[in-house]
Amino acid sequence: MTLLDIPLISAIIFTPLFAGVIILWIDGEKKDLIRGVAISAAVIALVLSAFLYFSYNAQVDQIAAAQSSMDAESPFTATQMFADGLAFEERYSWLSTLGISYHVAIDGLSAPMVLLTGMVAVAGVLISWNIDERTREFMAFFMFLVAGVYGVFVAVDMFLLFFFYELAIFPMYILIATWGWVKLREYASMKLTLYILVGSVIALIGVIAMVIVADEFYRSEAGALLLQDAIEAGLLPATADGFSFDMVQLTLAAEGGAFRQFGYLGYETLSFARLWFPLIFLGFAVLAGVFPFHNWSPDGHVAAPTAVSMIHAGVLMKLGAYAALRSGVQLLPSGAQTHLPWIVLLTIINVVYGALIAFRQRDFKYVIGFSSVSHMGLVSMGFATMNVTGMSGAGLQMFSHGAMTALFFGCVGMVYDRAHTRDIPSLGGFVRKMPWVAVAFIVGGLTSMGMPGLSGFIAEFPIFQGMWQASDVISFQLGGVTIHNYYAIIVIMAALGIVITAAYVLRVTGQVFFGEFNQARFHDVGDISVVDRAVLLLLGIPLIVLGMYPAIMAPMIETGVLPVISILAGGV
Amino acid sequence: MSFSLWPSLATIAPEIGLTLLALILLFLEVYLPKERRVWIAYTSMVGMALLALTPLIWSPPVGGATAWGGMVRHDHLSQVFKVMILLAGSLTSWMAIDSTRLSKQGEFHFIIVIATLGGCLLSATADVIMLFIALETTSIPLYILAAFHRNEARSIEGGMKYFLYGAFTSAIMLFGLSLLFGFTGDTSFIGIAAALSANDGLNQISILVCMIMILVGFGFKISAVPFHFWTPDVYEGAPTPVTAFVSVASKAASFALLLRFLAAVFPEGILIEGQEIQLFWVNLSAAAAAITMTFGNVVALVQRNMKRLIAYSSIAQAGYALMGVTAMAQSGESAVASVSFYLFMYTFTNLLVFAVVLRFAAVSGSDDIRAFAGLSRRSPKLALAMTIGLLSLAGIPPTAGFFGKFFLFTAAVDAGYTWLALLGVINAIVALYYYLVVVKVMYVDRSADDEVLIALPQPVSWLLGVSCVAILLLGTIAVEVIYDWTRLGASSFISALSAAL
Repeated sequence: MTLLDIPLISAIIFTPLFAGVIILWIDGEKKDLIRGVAISAAVIALVLSAFLYFSYNAQVDQIAAAQSSMDAESPFTATQMFADGLAFEERYSWLSTLGISYHVAIDGLSAPMVLLTGMVAVAGVLISWNIDERTREFMAFFMFLVAGVYGVFVAVDMFLLFFFYELAIFPMYILIATWGWVKLREYASMKLTLYILVGSVIALIGVIAMVIVADEFYRSEAGALLLQDAIEAGLLPATADGFSFDMVQLTLAAEGGAFRQFGYLGYETLSFARLWFPLIFLGFAVLAGVFPFHNWSPDGHVAAPTAVSMIHAGVLMKLGAYAALRSGVQLLPSGAQTHLPWIVLLTIINVVYGALIAFRQRDFKYVIGFSSVSHMGLVSMGFATMNVTGMSGAGLQMFSHGAMTALFFGCVGMVYDRAHTRDIPSLGGFVRKMPWVAVAFIVGGLTSMGMPGLSGFIAEFPIFQGMWQASDVISFQLGGVTIHNYYAIIVIMAALGIVITAAYVLRVTGQVFFGEFNQARFHDVGDISVVDRAVLLLLGIPLIVLGMYPAIMAPMIETGVLPVISILAGGV
Repeated sequence: MSFSLWPSLATIAPEIGLTLLALILLFLEVYLPKERRVWIAYTSMVGMALLALTPLIWSPPVGGATAWGGMVRHDHLSQVFKVMILLAGSLTSWMAIDSTRLSKQGEFHFIIVIATLGGCLLSATADVIMLFIALETTSIPLYILAAFHRNEARSIEGGMKYFLYGAFTSAIMLFGLSLLFGFTGDTSFIGIAAALSANDGLNQISILVCMIMILVGFGFKISAVPFHFWTPDVYEGAPTPVTAFVSVASKAASFALLLRFLAAVFPEGILIEGQEIQLFWVNLSAAAAAITMTFGNVVALVQRNMKRLIAYSSIAQAGYALMGVTAMAQSGESAVASVSFYLFMYTFTNLLVFAVVLRFAAVSGSDDIRAFAGLSRRSPKLALAMTIGLLSLAGIPPTAGFFGKFFLFTAAVDAGYTWLALLGVINAIVALYYYLVVVKVMYVDRSADDEVLIALPQPVSWLLGVSCVAILLLGTIAVEVIYDWTRLGASSFISALSAAL
């Protein structure tokens, strides 16, 4: 038995899950044992994720070659591309009556996210090393949270995706409410939980309705034929029937045009995709912090304990964007074409408004919180380009911002733990006490400004380029007037948003790490520990590596994006 | 139709067993010395758990059969519900072991067994006469049990309210049933439907009035708005195990009957004065579902007492289940299966929550929500069990409640009630808020008694453990088995009906 025979993806999900259960059974006083179990589980999951990532990366050339030689005349080119891109697939029947299966795999889009989750999870456990109050419960819930997040990224079944999505939410609530910042935690944790759940359950109803529409489609003559062909081509198991939550099968229905037929609910100009796309896309995008549903995010991030802020801003927000891309753009392409041209307006508000508010903050952590809102706007903006360049940029931005924000929150946590204040004007000169943190923060800051040589540039440049390309293609109809080329205006505004980012990053860096050190107040502030340095390295190095050598990720993400683009092209 | 005794006995095997069990409990009460009477509780608990196997042993034929002169149906739907109700009875007796005032009361367990008997019959009813008898066999024991703590004003008040409301709504229901008999000249569900579809000069309004009067009775039993007023007072006042039993077993049996009655008596295609009669109850039930879940959840938001909170939450839960009843007209099988599954998982969930409340009240003497502060420090296991129970009520994975709600929403969307499903999920969020508040109180808040640990006696720990495992299994790997079983019940029920009509 080689390593490849083990169900690797399940191992990644279940390692933290079992670790969490084991931790709950350990005596609460044996704190080192608890930490040991947690860090072992997180490291095992990270190692396995890295293994998955690099073995997938080794196949990327073949996948890309297969994609470019795909038969364009086939009725299910895009579905084929999507299915061929899946690797390390595992599929077990779960609830066959309702077409639900435990179907997990990775593709070009999810592999980087899995790796990111692994990194942030390890960093999160390390940075929580000194949590002394009820360590057992903290670590157990943190492990459950991590398991849920992994699950969402690898799910290839819509039901499974929801299952893990909602599985992640409760641990997050309890982590913030119990170990968060005393002043804000109860309010912020509840607000965050309710915001996210409202969005996701509405999307859940949308997905149920989608499955039912797909089922009707597969019962029609054309649909039945398509399903039969797809089964013969080996895309779907022979047992597949119409009613299924499987993403491959739903993608097939989308490509077959099931969701763009007009006459939905008896209205002639309404199709399923037109009605439900905004609800499903924005339902998930709540978690990605899209304006005007971003309100939970800064409070939530500030209230959370450092490890949870890291995983929340670093990974969970991507989870929303990822799910919105999968269930929104990929499954409802015609809806995306109708609605993304106005949703892009929300994303520019995110970028500029988020950056402006971040500039105004006095609280160190709020700056980072709002900067997340601003940067996540770029991810959604990348989706809205609906072309390969822009979407690949969005994929890269998800990874880059994830590592960068986790790094930021790590730095903030380290400063706060020692200085006991996050008030920017009263801090200053910390570079003398914590040189590592200062360097890490500057690396993160430069990434966030999109400095070439760091991953932010690799990610943001394609998004802007994609916007520019899309500008000629996409137009927007408003009351009989067609507006052209407004993507170009938006992208210019977004570029200005980057200038604001540079302003607040430099301001914070200057005021916190340089300038006058208040010896009287901070005389007992010491340097960070070895464990903390490991966190900074773990999150900082990928930013530089990806910036210097984008080929390590960009081609992979492109293979993940191509099926989505292909279905968008066919879904007019 | 010739009558053969042995096959007929098999159709009511659990009921026969329950009668014998009740007699055994009476004898035990007489013969056991006072200090050993806790054995009565164990006998009752084990007895009902074993009896829960009987519907599986004497499994119904495919498609089901009617027995005892058309009085009871012996099909997989009744199998599902009988197992559910017997398990609920068994867990209730188990829970009562923890109550110092109930564990040694032989008559308490005796009455629970009788109420369970009524519930089993109710879920298999196929005739309005049987309906009323079974309904009263469940209700009257519960009136007594609600007032079981005779020297406690709250308990008496609860029992009295329950009795008055119950008697009143039963009377209205009985009136409706007799009107229906008057119009159709038949008492069996199928016979009534046949007479309705033959339709010689029936008046639309009169049938509608009949239906509403009968639904009043159901509304009381399942505590749907506006017949819910008794619920919080009875839940608060009655001994906790009784509350648990009322909230699960009695409700499950009533839902089983409601499904049977509506699907059999007012099926699709009966036109009276050109009006599709099925639409009446579908719309009524949709409205009741919407109002019940919204009202229950909104009022639950302001509760301070744990038992009242659960009472309003259980009103809301009935609203969700009514969504499945509404969907039954359009999506038949999946809707019936979703209601059955929902009630199945709800049995374990609610019993778990009440077991925690009972244990906590026994130690702290209070069921105020604020008294739960610091529970996670005083007893991590109790807090964890409560959390699992509440998450299941809220419908968060990996608990059974997630699937329960998911099936209901799927059935509703499938039947074209997307608006109802959307209202349902919004309600689920409202509900999540007040459940999370309780979780927060247990985990985050501190109290003066933080250091006072709460002991868990063996029977309680096992009860909590078994229920938690059941909830988690139903939410993960066991879901397929149970769902397919409820689905089998639903399909045998629906197909037998369409064959009979």
